[in-house]
Amino acid sequence: MSMTPPLTATTSSRGTPVSPGRNPVVRALSRPELGSVIGAIGIAAFFATQTDQFATSAGIANVLDVTATLGIMAVAVALLLIGGEFDLSAGVLTASTGLVTALLVDQLGVNIWEGIAWSLLFALTVGLLNGILVTRTRLPSFIVTLGTFFALQGINLGVTKQLTDTVQVSGVDEAAGYAGARAVFASSVTVGDGQFRVAILWWIAVTVVATLLLVRTKFGNWIFAAGGSPMSARNVGVPVGRTKILLFMTTATAAWLVGTISVVRLTSVQANVGLGEEFNYIIAAVIGGCLLTGGVGSAIGAAIGALIYGMTQQGIVFAQWDTDWFPLFLGGMLLAAVLINTAVVRRRAEDSPG
Amino acid sequence: MRPDLHPIDDIQAALDSGGDRLPESDVPPHTPLLEVRGLGKRYGGVVALQGISATVNSGEVTCVLGDNGAGKSTLIRILSGVVTHDQGQYLVAGKRVKFSSPRQALDRGIATVFQDLAVVPLMSIWRNFFLGSEPTRGIWPFRRLDIEHAQHVTVAELARFGLDVQDPHQPVGTLSGGERQCVAIARAVYFGARVLIMDEPTASLGVKQAGMVLRHVVQARERGLGVIFITHNPRHAYPVGDRFIMLNRGAMVANVTREDIDLNDLTQLMSGGADLDELSHEVQDQQR
Repeated sequence: MSMTPPLTATTSSRGTPVSPGRNPVVRALSRPELGSVIGAIGIAAFFATQTDQFATSAGIANVLDVTATLGIMAVAVALLLIGGEFDLSAGVLTASTGLVTALLVDQLGVNIWEGIAWSLLFALTVGLLNGILVTRTRLPSFIVTLGTFFALQGINLGVTKQLTDTVQVSGVDEAAGYAGARAVFASSVTVGDGQFRVAILWWIAVTVVATLLLVRTKFGNWIFAAGGSPMSARNVGVPVGRTKILLFMTTATAAWLVGTISVVRLTSVQANVGLGEEFNYIIAAVIGGCLLTGGVGSAIGAAIGALIYGMTQQGIVFAQWDTDWFPLFLGGMLLAAVLINTAVVRRRAEDSPG
Repeated sequence: MRPDLHPIDDIQAALDSGGDRLPESDVPPHTPLLEVRGLGKRYGGVVALQGISATVNSGEVTCVLGDNGAGKSTLIRILSGVVTHDQGQYLVAGKRVKFSSPRQALDRGIATVFQDLAVVPLMSIWRNFFLGSEPTRGIWPFRRLDIEHAQHVTVAELARFGLDVQDPHQPVGTLSGGERQCVAIARAVYFGARVLIMDEPTASLGVKQAGMVLRHVVQARERGLGVIFITHNPRHAYPVGDRFIMLNRGAMVANVTREDIDLNDLTQLMSGGADLDELSHEVQDQQR
C-alpha cells in the first residue's frame, strides 16, 4: 500500500468501539465553522477595543438584535445550502408572511393567533411550491426561486395597495390576542442599559434544533447526502426529492417566524421589506462555513456567521465610521469565507486520494 | 510487460485464507439466485440488448465482458432496476420480477455498486455505510441516530473485508478508490445483498487498487454471494471469474465457464479474435 497513507495512527485495541483516534487539533481544523469562530473572536476583540459602546450591555443587545432575526434565517438557509439548493424568495417571504397576518387582522378583524396560523400555512405552501418546482423540473433553484421572489414581491405590493390604498398595513396591536403574541414574539428584558429581545432565544432555539437535526437524525444524514452526491444517495434509497422539498418548507417556516416576530414587534408591516435580505442569509451561511455547492456546512456556523454580520454592522456604527462602507466589509468577508471554506474542504477530502 | 498480472497472487492468497459464509437461504437448492431468459431492451427503434440468457448462483462470480457499446451498461441497468426490460424474463430466486426502481431491486437482495457513485465523498465513513438505512433509537420527536452502534458496526464490517478503519469519522473522500469500493461492498453485504452487481469497479484504478477490489470480489463470493462483475478487462475478470459472458453489439456471443477457457482465449475472444489477427497482419504488412 505504498500509494496510500495509513488510515489512522491509533494504538487502541480492537473489538471495542474506538473513540475517534485522530488528533483533536487536526479534527478541529477541518470543521466547517472554524473560520467563522476565529473571525467572530477577531471582530469582537477589534470593536471591543476600538469603541466604547461595543462591549457594553447596550452594545451587545444592539448587536444581538440585528443578529437574531438574521440568524434564524441564516440557519434555515444553511440547511438548504447543505442540501444543495438556494432560496432567493426567503427574504421577500418574511414580508409576505407578515402581510398575511396583518391583512387578516386589519381587514377581517380576526384574532392575531388565527392570522399567524394562516400565515404559517401560506409560508408552507410557498415552500412546498418552491420544492416541487425545483425537484420536478430539475431546474437550478437559483432560477426557480428567483421567479417566486419576483412573484411574491408583486403580490406583496399589489395586494397591499388593492386592499389598503397604501403600501403598508398597520394596527396589528389592536387585534385580539395581541398581548399574548407580543409576549411570545416581541417581548424583551432589560439588563443594565441594554434591551434584550426574545428573538435572541428564538435564534438560539432554532440553532440548537437545526444542529441536532443535522448531526443526530436520519433526516440530517439525508440532507448532507442530498447535497453531497444526490445520485449516490438515490442509489442507496435516500428520498432526495422529498428531502429537498422539506428543506424549502423549512426556510419558508423560518421566514414565517421572522415575519411574525417583526410584524408583532412593529405592529405594522411595509409591503417592500425583506428585499435584498435573501443575500444576507446566504452570506451569513457561507461565512459560517457552508459550501455553495452543497454537502458541507453547519447550523452553528451559520448562527456565528449571522453574529459576525451583526457585530460588523453595529461595530461600524459604534466606531462612527461612514456606514456606506459596510457592504465593502461584507463583500470582503464573503470572499475570504469562500476561499477558507474551499481550502478546508480540500483538506478534508482531497488531500490523500489513493 | 503488463503489470496487471500482479494482483492474481493477492487473490490466490485471499482464496486460500477462505471466509465465512452467509447462513443458508430459504431458496430451494439448485435455484439460481438470479436468472435471465432471452432478455432484451430497445430504445426507440434501436436494439440495445437482445437474447441474453444466463444464471447467477450463490458463491459464483459471473463476469460480463464486452467493449464499449456492447450492451453491458444496459444489462446492469436492467438487473439493478434502473430501467425495465421489454423482452424475455428476469427471475430472482425463481420468481419473475420487473423492477421500477433500484430500491425494489435492493429489497430483493440485489445490490449494485456503481463505479463513481458508490459513496458521498464528503460524508464520514460511518454515515456513508448506513446512508438510507440509518439505525435509530428513541421515540419521535426524540428519535435519533444510534451513532455508537453505527460506528461500531462500520468498523467491524469493514474489518471483515480487511479494511482497517479506526476512525469512522473520516470523510470517505480521504479513502482511495479501492477502499471506497470496499465500503460500498461491505455495506451491500451487511444489508443482506444476495447478488452483488459491480459496474466496472476496476476501470479507473491503478494496479494495486484494482487488486484490492478483486480481492473484495473474492471475499464477497466466499461469503456466499452471487457476484456479477462487469469489466472490459479480461485480465481482471479471469482470476476471479467462474463464468464469463461476452457481449457484442447487444447480443451474447459467448457464455463459458472457467474450465472451458484460458486467459489467452478469453482475451482473444474479448477483442474479437479474427479482427485482432487481421490487425496484426496489417501491421506486419506495413512494416515490410
